[in-house]
Amino acid sequence: MTVVTSGEDLAKKIAEAIPGSVISSDKTSVMVDAAKLAQVAEFLKNTPGLDFNYLNFATAVDYIDYFELVYRLLSMEHNHSLVLKTRCYDRENPTVPSIVSLWRGAYFQEREMFDMFGIKFEGHPDLRRLLTWEGFKGYPLRRDYL
Amino acid sequence: MTLLDQFQKMLMTAGLPDWAAYLVPALVGIILIIAVSLTLVIIFIWWERRLLGRFQLRLGPNRCGPEGILQPVATGLKLLLKEDIVPAKADKILHFLAPIVVFVPVLMIFAVVPVSEGAILANLNIGIVYVIAISSISTIGIFMAAWGSSNKFALISGMRTVAQMVSYELPVVLSIVGVGLVTGSFSMLSIVQAQSIPFILLMPLGGVIFFLGCLAEMNRSPFDLLEADSEIVAGYHTEYSGMKFAMFFMGEYGVALAYSAVIATLFLGGWSGPLLPPVIWFLIKVVLVFSFTVWMRATLPRLRVDQLMSFAWKGLLPMAVINLVIIAIEVLVVPASMLWLMVILNFAFAAVLVLLWSRLFTLGGGRVEV
Amino acid sequence: MPIKTEPFYLNLGPQHPSTHGVFRLRVELDGEVIVNVEPIIGYLHRGIEKLAETRTYTQVIPLTDRLDYVASMTNNLAYCLSVEKLAGIKVPERAEYLRVIFSELMRLANHFLAIGAFLNDCGALATPLIYMWREREKIVDLCEMTCGQRLLFNYMRVGGVSQDVPEEFMPALKKFVAEMPKFIGEYEQLIKQNEIFLARTKGVGILPKETAINIGASGPVLRGSGVNWDIRKKDPYSIYERFDFEVPTGEVGDCYDRFWVRLREMRQSVRILEQAIVQIPAKGPIRADVPQFFRPPAGEAYGHIEAPKGNLGFYVVSDGSIAPYRVHIFPPSLINVTALADMAIGWKVADLIIVFGSIDVVLGEIDR
Repeated sequence: MTVVTSGEDLAKKIAEAIPGSVISSDKTSVMVDAAKLAQVAEFLKNTPGLDFNYLNFATAVDYIDYFELVYRLLSMEHNHSLVLKTRCYDRENPTVPSIVSLWRGAYFQEREMFDMFGIKFEGHPDLRRLLTWEGFKGYPLRRDYL
Repeated sequence: MTLLDQFQKMLMTAGLPDWAAYLVPALVGIILIIAVSLTLVIIFIWWERRLLGRFQLRLGPNRCGPEGILQPVATGLKLLLKEDIVPAKADKILHFLAPIVVFVPVLMIFAVVPVSEGAILANLNIGIVYVIAISSISTIGIFMAAWGSSNKFALISGMRTVAQMVSYELPVVLSIVGVGLVTGSFSMLSIVQAQSIPFILLMPLGGVIFFLGCLAEMNRSPFDLLEADSEIVAGYHTEYSGMKFAMFFMGEYGVALAYSAVIATLFLGGWSGPLLPPVIWFLIKVVLVFSFTVWMRATLPRLRVDQLMSFAWKGLLPMAVINLVIIAIEVLVVPASMLWLMVILNFAFAAVLVLLWSRLFTLGGGRVEV
Repeated sequence: MPIKTEPFYLNLGPQHPSTHGVFRLRVELDGEVIVNVEPIIGYLHRGIEKLAETRTYTQVIPLTDRLDYVASMTNNLAYCLSVEKLAGIKVPERAEYLRVIFSELMRLANHFLAIGAFLNDCGALATPLIYMWREREKIVDLCEMTCGQRLLFNYMRVGGVSQDVPEEFMPALKKFVAEMPKFIGEYEQLIKQNEIFLARTKGVGILPKETAINIGASGPVLRGSGVNWDIRKKDPYSIYERFDFEVPTGEVGDCYDRFWVRLREMRQSVRILEQAIVQIPAKGPIRADVPQFFRPPAGEAYGHIEAPKGNLGFYVVSDGSIAPYRVHIFPPSLINVTALADMAIGWKVADLIIVFGSIDVVLGEIDR
């Protein structure tokens, strides 16, 4: 059984290593500052004992006031998982650091998020639309897209 | 003395002028060859489709005519009615000429295939060399098609074709030289007459090499790289439609049929056989060889292009050379009355060589650093 | 003096016969050697995630069928699991068994097609495919018996399954399960020692273990690279912890290993089916009491299953209304395709097709 890591415990560790990164935490998830996402992700991936070496999925949800980005991380070694969240309040030009350099599995998923929500990922090697065609207007999965 | 020679003599005695006595038999012969070989090709297309159907747990064509025998005719009619599409960027002349260059040599091969004693258009004393030479022309046609249709899939296919044909010609020719050594002649007639024991028993390795080489020459599976439908769509005839495509199609089956006939002639004793008339024996052998290629087509996956090359140059060619040397020595040493000794010796050598070469076979590899 | 050359670009697809759907590969070639591969997708994009936001929770189920249409019941299951997690619904015993039976049948159906199509890509003209197709037909018949459909089943429901299996189902299933090991053995004999097949697949398209984990590959692609990760074992859902089965893994991660993992997985699926047939309660409810328009509490849930192609996940967000606020589908094929360039660069065009075939993608799932 995959153990769901307690977000509260983990939040303390993250806050120790990267001060000011954790915004809130609950039993299953940790909410971090979008600007420090890449650092936190690197910490989670490379710290012994955590070893989140496998990115399960990455997606975004449009809550109208903000975009919530959800990353589910998994450690194959310890068989534990964590949901990492971050929020992006800018609707016109949302920008989040990319994690492709850590988990290449995010390559297509970040492109998809860019396509569907218009979230820009800084550091993504080739940020283009994925499912819709070039020149497509709008971002289909935003709640205000009709 | 072929039947046409007799016909010519008869016309001359009947008092026709010389030129007519030469021209009329030639025209009759050409028309006969075209009619018979095209009909046979159509029947063989049907046969292959039925057989493939059987191998693949389905029926195959069975609606047009009894047992679906008219299906190739229906297909041909459909192809006749189809629009002839020429790509805008194609090299028009090459695109137009290619099917002809592929198709005509195939018909020319049939001129020297001995169907039975005397039933032959031309008894060349280098018959088999003529077959090899003529069949190589198709390569140019295929490359013309590949280049002329300005399609990338076709181009890849054309490149593959040239490489494949050139490589496989060598083992094919070398194994024919073995046949020539034993027979003492390259004439198809004398080769058949020399086969008191079918040459497939007398020189099994030569026979197998020749068969594999022929498979590659006629682009049948597992060497069907130039029209590998899962990789390069349809290869060199991707951009062809209608009757031009039909000519490629017929040409391909014509080559298969011609090579089946050549294999039957060279290694299976041609028309010779007890009881039945020679033509029937010949047809039985051709159908057997052809069915064997269909069986391989239904069973085997395809080789990759570099594996295909290394199979020709590292596998077949050295084996063909060794086989040739062995046969040459045997022809010198073994007396003609003791052919059975040659059979035993050759089977032993074939087993040893195949075992030796299978040791050299390694899996994996083929990656190129880019 | 070096010869001046320029790269040769080849577009494989979107209507290429061996791309298993409308999928385009932009390949940069040097002769026949692949220098670069770029997958271009989206030709089958139907916006299922957007459509789901305007439907009730039950109405989303038929949409999920259209994802991996080769094994569509597994999609139903993954979605239902996450909604059940969200709403806290308990599934009756018999329904759980039916779900396991059908998801294992779907795994078999998928692997039949995957292996058959893979061999077709190798150039074996349709024969291995059609042998597999014959067996797949039996599974489709079993499903037709149950829910009347042959492709898009729409069988699972939130809280169970839509209807009980008919009387004649169990005997037919038993017969199928009894015949299966013999067929798999026969197929193994046909294919496994074919010299040409080995030459084409052994050592070709190697995906190293570390790369496989880093790109988040799953299913036979991940296990072929030697990672023992099967969600049925590592994070059991439904009632999988009750069954005794093994997780086959490969050694080097080449095309042959992926093929071989699939073939052995089929044997394990048969084992699970054998146990499920014995254990399934003869009678009982097949559906929890779930109203047609139910309102799960606001929140989010992630349910994932080991689909035939890998880790299939659904991330469902509820705002307390009758329609999901957001449904995110995490398809295994999309992620596994990321590995294509790693596996194919340096090999020939013919190998690219084989490598792509060995990943086993379905475009309904990639494009959604």
